[in-house]
Amino acid sequence: MTDPVIDLRGVTRRYDEGPPALHDVSLTVKPGECVAVLGPSGSGKSTLLNLIAGLDRPDEGTVTVAGTRVDTLGEAASARYRRAHIGLVFQFFNLLDDLTVLDNVLLPAQLAGGSRKAARDHAAGLLSSLGIARHADAYPGRLSGGERQRVAVARALVNRPALLLADEPTGALDTASGEDVRHLLNGLHDSGQTIVLVTHDLRLAEACATRTIGMRDGHAEEER
Amino acid sequence: MSGLRQVIRSGVRRRRVQTVVIGLVAAAAVTASVLGAGLLVASRAPFDNSFAAQHGAHLTVQLAPDAKPPADVPGVVAASGPYAVLDVPLQGPPLTLVARADPGGDVDRVEVTDGRWATAPNEIVVGDGSFRLPVGEHLTTENGVTLTVVGTARSVSQTATAWVAPSAVESLGTIQGYQMLYRFGAASTAADVEAGRAAVEAALPKGAVTGARSWLDVRQQAVEEAAVFVPFLVAFALLGIVMAVLVVGTVIAGAVAAGTRRIGILKALGCTPAGIVRAFVAQALIPASVGGVAGAVAGNLIALPVLAETEQLYGSSNATIAWWVTLVAAGGVLVVVAATAWAAALRAGRLRTVDAIAVGRAAGPVRGRWAGRWAARLPVSRPVALGLARPFARPVRTTAILLAVATGATAVTFATGLAASLVRIQAAVEQDNADVIVMGMRGDAAGALPAITAQAGTRAAYGMGQAPAIVSGNTDPFSVTTITGDATWDGFEMVSGRWFTATGEAVAGAPFLNATGTRIGDTVQIKIQDQPVRLRIVGEVFETNGGVFTSTSTIPDVPVGEWHIALTDGTDKNAYAQSLTTALAGQNLTAQPNGAEIDPLLAVVQGLTLTLTLLLLAVAALGVLNMLVLDLRDRVHDLGVHKALGMTPRQTIAMVIASVAGLGVLGSLLGVPLGIAMQRLVVPAMAASGGLHLPESLLDVYGPVLLGGLALGGPVIALLGALLPAGWAARTRTAVALRTE
Repeated sequence: MTDPVIDLRGVTRRYDEGPPALHDVSLTVKPGECVAVLGPSGSGKSTLLNLIAGLDRPDEGTVTVAGTRVDTLGEAASARYRRAHIGLVFQFFNLLDDLTVLDNVLLPAQLAGGSRKAARDHAAGLLSSLGIARHADAYPGRLSGGERQRVAVARALVNRPALLLADEPTGALDTASGEDVRHLLNGLHDSGQTIVLVTHDLRLAEACATRTIGMRDGHAEEER
Repeated sequence: MSGLRQVIRSGVRRRRVQTVVIGLVAAAAVTASVLGAGLLVASRAPFDNSFAAQHGAHLTVQLAPDAKPPADVPGVVAASGPYAVLDVPLQGPPLTLVARADPGGDVDRVEVTDGRWATAPNEIVVGDGSFRLPVGEHLTTENGVTLTVVGTARSVSQTATAWVAPSAVESLGTIQGYQMLYRFGAASTAADVEAGRAAVEAALPKGAVTGARSWLDVRQQAVEEAAVFVPFLVAFALLGIVMAVLVVGTVIAGAVAAGTRRIGILKALGCTPAGIVRAFVAQALIPASVGGVAGAVAGNLIALPVLAETEQLYGSSNATIAWWVTLVAAGGVLVVVAATAWAAALRAGRLRTVDAIAVGRAAGPVRGRWAGRWAARLPVSRPVALGLARPFARPVRTTAILLAVATGATAVTFATGLAASLVRIQAAVEQDNADVIVMGMRGDAAGALPAITAQAGTRAAYGMGQAPAIVSGNTDPFSVTTITGDATWDGFEMVSGRWFTATGEAVAGAPFLNATGTRIGDTVQIKIQDQPVRLRIVGEVFETNGGVFTSTSTIPDVPVGEWHIALTDGTDKNAYAQSLTTALAGQNLTAQPNGAEIDPLLAVVQGLTLTLTLLLLAVAALGVLNMLVLDLRDRVHDLGVHKALGMTPRQTIAMVIASVAGLGVLGSLLGVPLGIAMQRLVVPAMAASGGLHLPESLLDVYGPVLLGGLALGGPVIALLGALLPAGWAARTRTAVALRTE
């Protein structure tokens, strides 16, 4: 039996005095799965993603990703964990405006160290496979929304992560660009990439996800 | 109004770093200003102030032992005395004692600086000028009377070397005469004082006055001694004040500029431009006021020991910080804060509301991309490369950081050079590098030097004698120093020409050369005890007292009264002096270790340099910190992206420090040469204002080691300023940073 890539057990996260953002959530994701997390604003979707990415820590419960106990990591260790295991795609791309497309994609590899040439070759290959190689020396400000999200996906994949986390990847895109990103993620899933999507976009969930999880008031429910 | 108050309160609380930085910078600025202004005030007419405070004697008259002081003298407004005067031989030169029942009176109110006044026959109060002895010390006269030092005191009129109670006179020996102290209605000119003296003499039998000293002569001596150093201390003071004003202006302007978006929101909510100006001026003034109070306290505390030493330097008393100096310094800094905040807020307040709101939200033009591409190719880690490229993205902010670093480096370099020059000037003025000095009133010149040279541990030695002389056509007498042996090691610095080597040759200082119109190569005829002597001037020596130096062989009649000795490394001064005194026993000479006292000027300079250097470093580092905090706040979201992509805290710190490292190096490259140029320009100019020419050796103070240390100044300022923001950036939670817009 294959070990799960993600294993959350009894995770609770509270902010201030209000009700918990996540309450006793347990969840497993197997290698190669594409899981879509759906739910209204404030339901705890982004908190769940932050905990899996090691950007935040739970108050209770355990978070294990690719065999690593993420909830016990310090700042430096969680940074190294993200480099090794996680690719992040944001709603608003979060590309760095002062770096070229190629340099944006290269950044996680460069932060991780290792061979520069190998990183460059791999980044160039990713840009090529995502159809944006011609923009390698351009700056993100000149690209369309869809192209920027492709760059963000290339950056997320440059360290060959076990897990791709995407937070509303089509949320800031027009219809055509959204369709473009849906195809891209679908293709990645088909190639065996494990993906967790946080989205409002039901079409995206239907197109890519092998299963969906509904979030409401900090509780997670398996939907499909 | 309450709404505005709420805006001010939240602005002060919310921007804690900014509030703290403004408070700290204001504190440092007030401290530097109090110190600087205090020195300025202390150096302004210090003799006149002290003379007025002590009701100094316009004329000090010595009366014969059998003379009776006149009851009423025309023109005299106050008189003190008669006080018995005694010359008491100690082990060494005799001490002139004055017997006074108390230090007060209508004239010459002697200030007791330590201990108390002498009341018993075996007690003595010593002057704290050249004759320094601590309270509790004992003095034994040649006829076996032991006196205990019960106090130290200062007379601006210099009426005595030491004082005893009238009851001590009988045991100490024969009265040499009596001292009368007078104040006249008019004494501002030599003619006034001379008229007063004539009136005193006319009221007494002929021959009753055996000597008299005008306060103008005392004043001239005091002013000459202090005049050389006052301009240097003034330069220190001005440096502190100018730096304080510069940095306060930069920090406040930056702080207000960072609040432009807030200004836009307030305007959108209906706040008027005038209200905005009031709010931002108050936001700056609240922490600045707190800092100003702290700085005023710190400035006074730091200034106390420094000014205590300047009292010695000026030979004056009451060199304390006046209350109004503190008030003006603190008020001045607050005015600078208010004016800068007002100007910056007015400018921001006049922005169109929509533009002001857009500041910090809309992506501005991205600059310096070429630097990013260039840095990416450097063989350094990616965080360091990102940091190195950062200054090119915000040129205005980078310029502000560079200015803070370069100004700090310039100021530290200048202050260090000024202090080093001043210490060398002091050594050259005193011409006193000797480890041991042999003195004796009836010394044997011929026998002493060979005996000294033969003593184990002697590295170099020379003997010197002094005599007053005059030059034809010049009424002022000057001092001729005759030298036996090699004296060039004893602090003598040549301005031009060379040291004398043959009989008939001499070197002289600028005051003598200027007063007599003599140039190097000229021959002058002087008279010593009515005997003419011809001297050929072969060099200008750095000298402030109008002295001439020649070989003993040129004027053999001047007796040698003092021998200066330099010891070999590792020789114990005290043991050597004891051994030499024994060896010279038959010649009635005493050897004493030299240089044990801390020179007051050196203490002032070292204290000032250290204080100002630390203040300037701190203030410059605060300027860097302020700019970095603003910059990191602006790009906290990018910081979150970096961290989300795997940047560790250590890599974050490296990136932030690298962003100012280049500026630190550049700041040193600009600031150190500028500081050296300032020292090269200012020090000779200040010396020239006192009629002195400085030899190159007194200016050339920046050795390789010092330069190396100063070159680190810029990077150190940058590092100090970057440490806190770098730590803050490393600690910032990734999820929080990503949510920030």
